[in-house]
Amino acid sequence: MEEREKLNRLRWRCTRRAMLEMDLLLGEFLERIYPTLTPEQADAFVTLADMEDLDLWPLVNGSRQSPDPVQAEVLALLASVRIK
Amino acid sequence: MSKSSIPVLKFDAVIVGAGGSGLRAAIQLSEAGLKTAVLSKVFPTRSHTVAAQGGVSASLGNSEEDHWHWHMYDTVKGSDWLGDQDAIEYMCRKAPEVVVELEHFGMPFDRTDEGKIYQRPFGGHMSNFGEKPVRRACAAADRTGHAMLHALYQRNVRANTQFFVEWMALDLIRDESGQVLGVIALEMETGDVVALHAKATVFATGGAGRIFYSSTNAFINTGDGLGMAARAGIALEDMEFWQFHPTGVAGAGVLITEGVRGEGGILRNSSNERFMERYAPNAKDLASRDVVSRAMVTEINEGRGCGPNKDFVLLDITHLDPATIMKRLPGIREISIQFAGIDPIKAPIPVVPTCHYQMGGVPTNYKGQVVREDGTPVAGFYAAGEVACASVHGANRLGTNSLLDLLVFGKASGDSVVHDVRSGELGLKDLPADFAERTLARLDRLNTQTGGASVAETRLELQRTMQKHCGVFRFKDMLVEGVARILDVEKAAARTEIKDKSKVWNTARVEALELDNLVEVAKATMVSAEARKESRGAHVRDDAPDTPANPNGRDDVNWHKHTLWYREGNRLSYKPVIMKPLTVDTIALKTRSY
Repeated sequence: MEEREKLNRLRWRCTRRAMLEMDLLLGEFLERIYPTLTPEQADAFVTLADMEDLDLWPLVNGSRQSPDPVQAEVLALLASVRIK
Repeated sequence: MSKSSIPVLKFDAVIVGAGGSGLRAAIQLSEAGLKTAVLSKVFPTRSHTVAAQGGVSASLGNSEEDHWHWHMYDTVKGSDWLGDQDAIEYMCRKAPEVVVELEHFGMPFDRTDEGKIYQRPFGGHMSNFGEKPVRRACAAADRTGHAMLHALYQRNVRANTQFFVEWMALDLIRDESGQVLGVIALEMETGDVVALHAKATVFATGGAGRIFYSSTNAFINTGDGLGMAARAGIALEDMEFWQFHPTGVAGAGVLITEGVRGEGGILRNSSNERFMERYAPNAKDLASRDVVSRAMVTEINEGRGCGPNKDFVLLDITHLDPATIMKRLPGIREISIQFAGIDPIKAPIPVVPTCHYQMGGVPTNYKGQVVREDGTPVAGFYAAGEVACASVHGANRLGTNSLLDLLVFGKASGDSVVHDVRSGELGLKDLPADFAERTLARLDRLNTQTGGASVAETRLELQRTMQKHCGVFRFKDMLVEGVARILDVEKAAARTEIKDKSKVWNTARVEALELDNLVEVAKATMVSAEARKESRGAHVRDDAPDTPANPNGRDDVNWHKHTLWYREGNRLSYKPVIMKPLTVDTIALKTRSY
């Protein structure tokens, strides 16, 4: 699969989610922060984006912690996203 | 283009949408041995049903005495007498059965100490025909919708339902007699356009809450089923009725709970005035939802809104002790920081009345069959859930009746399909020669358009127009102007241009196709709302005020009827509300007051 196709598939999975809050956060993250990630962080983000919203949300708002250090870095970046 | 130009897959039944109602319908079909395809834009358990967290209502009577007839009364009253009483009786009578079935499918309901399904009270649900609140809502913690999807999905896996994930249905296929023969769909991963030819087609595509600028709905709710039905000549019913919440974050739409005003939050306009003192001198910011929403919209419409477009008001808690905010409203502080970019300890939160739920939809009967104006079924076509208008919610929906609607009418539509296919009423009729023509022309237009409008800008213009002209509180002149403006948006949408013309995973194309559907829903809503010269349920007009002759602005003499909007010619028609239930006496019209 080409890079453009991979990115578009990821864009779809970030912006067609079950909950509005996650559409907004993941969509914004994809546009602004994803391009700046290391390859390891980018992989961790893809794994997070594949999670269901009610499992991902507690990791973003800090009520649960990820045991994986790279995933935790990405989650901290995700929690820093501001929708304007 | 000839029909041989696109591949054709054949099924007994195709279901479009894999949220609660689509999955529930699919169980009936697959377990009956029908070859069933379920199309979904996303993986089934990522459908918007997840956002329904409150519960599902059923008169199980586990915690105290309850009866389906009381539930029926509450639903009719909640609907402001616009709901069809045969469908409402059917839903409320079936509720205990479908909830217990769901439990058997593995739904992890909260339980009482005795091991029964635990039930809690919910707004509008009463015992003994409106006497006092009753515990009728069954929930799985605050994950009811999520848990329901998982239970239904697992049951489908067991029944070998075939899923087409990340597929978008584009158009309905009908023959000359009007019979529905399936859908034309786009597989995103390949970009292929395929016909799913079936004896029966079930729409379970959910609502279209994204027509409003401020909406609690996830981005997926673009009304695809409504757009497809409208383009195929099917009417859309009661589309003027949308449920709103008073305080969503402006722009983002994320809900700010009413608890914020309960803790002392104050609504302010651009002059920093506490405007609720003028509208509700006693209750002020704690007045009821509709009063607060109307006051907010009046402030905005009279030029006292805030921000560059003067299109929101402010919810101020800066006067509260930061320790109180941190202790009592921690979640709201996080939401405000993340979705409004504002720390509410330091600055007020921009808020606006926000769209939440669509009461109208594709007209169906209580069996989940799509019906014509005269009540006769459209052969081969069924619908359930938010896309459908049975009509059980009428002019306003009771909390927890949405998940019930999914279960009851998902199952009913599935049963109707099984009956109609097995009885031989529906065969696999030949596809018309030109069945894909209009869809392919639409795709060709997108691929060759130059100098057209941007999809994102056109969608934004549509959403702003709906919010301003057809929001929670409606004004005659704004509605008249709104009709003209939404027709301008339609013209722009017919000329949208996408830069990416590639075939595989072209999300720009999919978004343009979603916009086509939003446009149909927006037109139906604006035109239907402009025409209905009364206030009823969630449709509230400034020029239809509360008078002794018309309490709450409701005008039963002229407007106790369902609206039907047709795409061709933007035409409206009306049909009577079904007042005769299946077995009990009619619940007669009276003033709705709580």
